[in-house]
Amino acid sequence: MAKLNLNRVDMPIQDPKARGRNFSEVTLGYNPELSLEEALRCIQCPKPLCTQGCPVGIDIRDFIKPLREGNMEEAVRVLKSKNNLPAICGRVCPQESQCEAKCVVGKRGAPVAIGRLERFVADWEINSAYKAHVELPKPTGKRVAVIGSGPAGLTCGADLAWRGHQVTIYEALHVAGGVLVYGIPEFRLPKRIVQAEIDNIAALGVEIVLDTVVGRSVTIDELLADGYHAVFLGTGAGLPMFLNVPGENLNGIYSANEFLTRANLMKAYDFPRYDTPLKMGKRVAVVGGGNVAMDAARVALRLGAEQVYIVYRRSEVELPARHEEVEHAKEEGIIFHVLTNPVGFVGGGRGLVTGMECIRMKLGEPDASGRRRPIPMPGSEFLLPVDTVVVALGTTPNPIIAATTPGLQTTPHGTLVADEETGKTTKDRVWAGGDIVTGAATVISAMGAGKRAAASMDAFLKGGA
Amino acid sequence: MYPIAAREELAPNIFLFRIEAPQVARKAQPGQFIMLRVDEMGERIPLTIADFDRERGTVDIVFAAVGRTTRKLAELQKGDSIANFVGPLGLPAEIGRFGTVVCVAVGYGMATMVPIARALKEAGNRVIGIAWARQGEYLFGLDRLRAACSELIVSAGNGADHSSFVIQPLRQVLQGGQPIHRVVVIGPACVMRYVSLTTKPYSIKTVVSLNPIMVDGTGMCGACRVAVGGVTKFACVDGPAFDGHLVEWDLLLARRCTYTGNEDQLSTFWQCEHCAQW
Ligand SMILES: Cc1cc2nc3c(=O)[nH]c(=O)nc-3n(C[C@H](O)[C@H](O)[C@H](O)COP(=O)(O)OP(=O)(O)OC[C@H]3O[C@@H](n4cnc5c(N)ncnc54)[C@H](O)[C@@H]3O)c2cc1C
Ligand SMILES: Cc1cc2nc3c(=O)[nH]c(=O)nc-3n(C[C@H](O)[C@H](O)[C@H](O)COP(=O)(O)OP(=O)(O)OC[C@H]3O[C@@H](n4cnc5c(N)ncnc54)[C@H](O)[C@@H]3O)c2cc1C
Ligand code: SF4
Ligand code: SF4
Ligand code: FES
Repeated sequence: MAKLNLNRVDMPIQDPKARGRNFSEVTLGYNPELSLEEALRCIQCPKPLCTQGCPVGIDIRDFIKPLREGNMEEAVRVLKSKNNLPAICGRVCPQESQCEAKCVVGKRGAPVAIGRLERFVADWEINSAYKAHVELPKPTGKRVAVIGSGPAGLTCGADLAWRGHQVTIYEALHVAGGVLVYGIPEFRLPKRIVQAEIDNIAALGVEIVLDTVVGRSVTIDELLADGYHAVFLGTGAGLPMFLNVPGENLNGIYSANEFLTRANLMKAYDFPRYDTPLKMGKRVAVVGGGNVAMDAARVALRLGAEQVYIVYRRSEVELPARHEEVEHAKEEGIIFHVLTNPVGFVGGGRGLVTGMECIRMKLGEPDASGRRRPIPMPGSEFLLPVDTVVVALGTTPNPIIAATTPGLQTTPHGTLVADEETGKTTKDRVWAGGDIVTGAATVISAMGAGKRAAASMDAFLKGGA
Repeated sequence: MYPIAAREELAPNIFLFRIEAPQVARKAQPGQFIMLRVDEMGERIPLTIADFDRERGTVDIVFAAVGRTTRKLAELQKGDSIANFVGPLGLPAEIGRFGTVVCVAVGYGMATMVPIARALKEAGNRVIGIAWARQGEYLFGLDRLRAACSELIVSAGNGADHSSFVIQPLRQVLQGGQPIHRVVVIGPACVMRYVSLTTKPYSIKTVVSLNPIMVDGTGMCGACRVAVGGVTKFACVDGPAFDGHLVEWDLLLARRCTYTGNEDQLSTFWQCEHCAQW
């Protein structure tokens, strides 16, 4: 056996200068040679630890093996038997803290680039005529309504369809995909890829009904009375949080959801070909330090901002965003103001924001989250001149469903009470999973929850109830 | 796709469209709204449910063709379809037995007030309607509004104090000696503001229907945020109806103008030369 290469194979990437002005995908993916080279770094462990790190339990070793042998169809089959959205996960999963964190090769060097290989295999399927053939079982005659078409709902729906149940997904917006289409930008997750994955799920016989706000257009109780045997709630955590400081409602101050929805879902970057505008200035401050903040900052840059700041109250090591995203943002020229917190906004004529009042912070003792608590430093206030602000402080679940569904219990954080293993809620015949239960988390954890709920729902549906 | 079952120009540049949307019609309540997108390139815009027919599965919308989307919509004909039509959204109007209620209807409010006035009357209220337009030709749908009210006062014209022609009849009713228990007003934001200012000294609960810029209409974006009684609310889920005495009007007016002057969009139709902020 050849000596193990301790370095992973680099993935080709767009030049930072060029990509800062276009919406094309930043990372370009492996070609066949690079994928083979990286796949050969996997030592095919007899007891692979990597799979334990994956919330949906992909048989990583077993899809890498056929990939090395050039048997792409088999690689796709193994991959898709556990994950219906591999082209998405391969791109946006926080692999470094999941599957790759467990890979044994990581003990001696860089772990196998599992996410990149997953993406390669999934993209191969999308671009080829081959379609993983799924043998659907005999229909069970049971009907399930899935609310929300984000990763949790799509995964739950697909898994139930695989088990022979008749699934209808209801979605409030005019496009399916949840955060995958309205939040995560094109340059990180091309919408063509999301659509291809959703088409595959629709091909399983899953019906997707758009333009339907459950709780308003139809209630959960009506669905249950209407012939659905069970309901899965995957409505995410879509309600934006604000800072609650003076001046926050000035013009030019957006929630990340509004900013990204206008840019991604409504395609404001292509205004006036598309009708939705997005008013953007030259100096943009994005408040927050997570993936959402990085996305908003990089979108602002691509829309023509001259200076884009990330304003974050802790220090750089505490930034919750994926390391790779922070690196990409820096390469593109985003300026980081860490240990800085906004305390108010000032505006000029016609209510437009002109400046953000900030205070410098220092780090104190660790708080409940284990991170060091930021403490304001009196007298350090200063004014940051800006004409656009994006607030990316996180989101909580939208209350419409909870408010219109008697019997559903919520936590003080507004999330739904649900069993962690099964997703069972406090209401009979209703399951839930994803961000609506955990609060804002990740694509793959939402998918894992959708999968576990599907298994529990299947047991219930087949129990003859 | 949602077919257009009927189309009518009610007044210059003001249109009624009847849309086939059984799912919306089934649940619609007075005071709620829909979001629509005309086509694949379209923006999502909110319009109030002006009426609905549960049996036929249709929903009426009445709109002024003022900008990009509403003009594009106005070009469509009976038999054409629009891409998206979602609702009912927002909270239904509060209907109760209040006593005597004054309903002030201006602009598209002349149509969208109808189901609210009707429900109020059916709930046992005496409903006094006031309809106003700057010019007589912009008065429309008065027969339906009159039928929905117990009594309708119609006024047209523009005084020096621009809203005097709507405020005058309202003052007369307020000072007329009979007790008024509630005022409901739908119209341009400045009219709703003046009406609220007028009723404030009388301490009569005044309900306004706010129309900030919206994107999703489901509580996801925060574009529609308004300040009411010092608290930030999302008009699409907490409203659209609010207590007019508590609304921060300057903020609403400023936020609504985020996109004016930006493009080709500022139409003189809505531009109010007396607006405090210009
Ligand atoms: C900008 C951004 C970047 C992110 N980047 C990453 C990343 O790089 N990696 C990662 O792993 N995670 C990332 N995340 C987080 C990840 O996207 C979410 O955790 C995940 O999408 C949650 O999935 P979900 O299915 O629970 O909900 P969502 O994706 O939020 O989907 C919920 C769906 O339900 C619909 N809905 C809501 N209410 C109703 C209703 N009443 N009736 C009908 N439909 C309804 C919504 O419209 C939406 O389509 C990011 C999030 C954002 C916002
Ligand atoms: C809950 C709600 C219910 C509404 N119901 C109705 C209705 O029943 N009938 C109706 O005609 N309109 C209604 N509106 C207003 C309607 O949504 C706007 O007129 C529409 O969005 C304008 O879109 P546009 O693309 O044609 O115009 P744009 O090109 O976006 O704007 C054209 C002009 O209209 C002004 N404008 C923008 N938004 C509004 C607004 N919200 N109200 C008034 N003027 C605005 C702009 O300042 C601009 O000058 C409602 C708004 C809300 C929030
Ligand atoms: S889905 Fe995510 S966690 Fe699972 S193997 Fe793929 S990249 Fe790793
Ligand atoms: S742990 Fe690493 S080396 Fe072992 S099978 Fe998994 S990917 Fe391959
Ligand atoms: S329109 Fe987006 S939250 Fe109200």
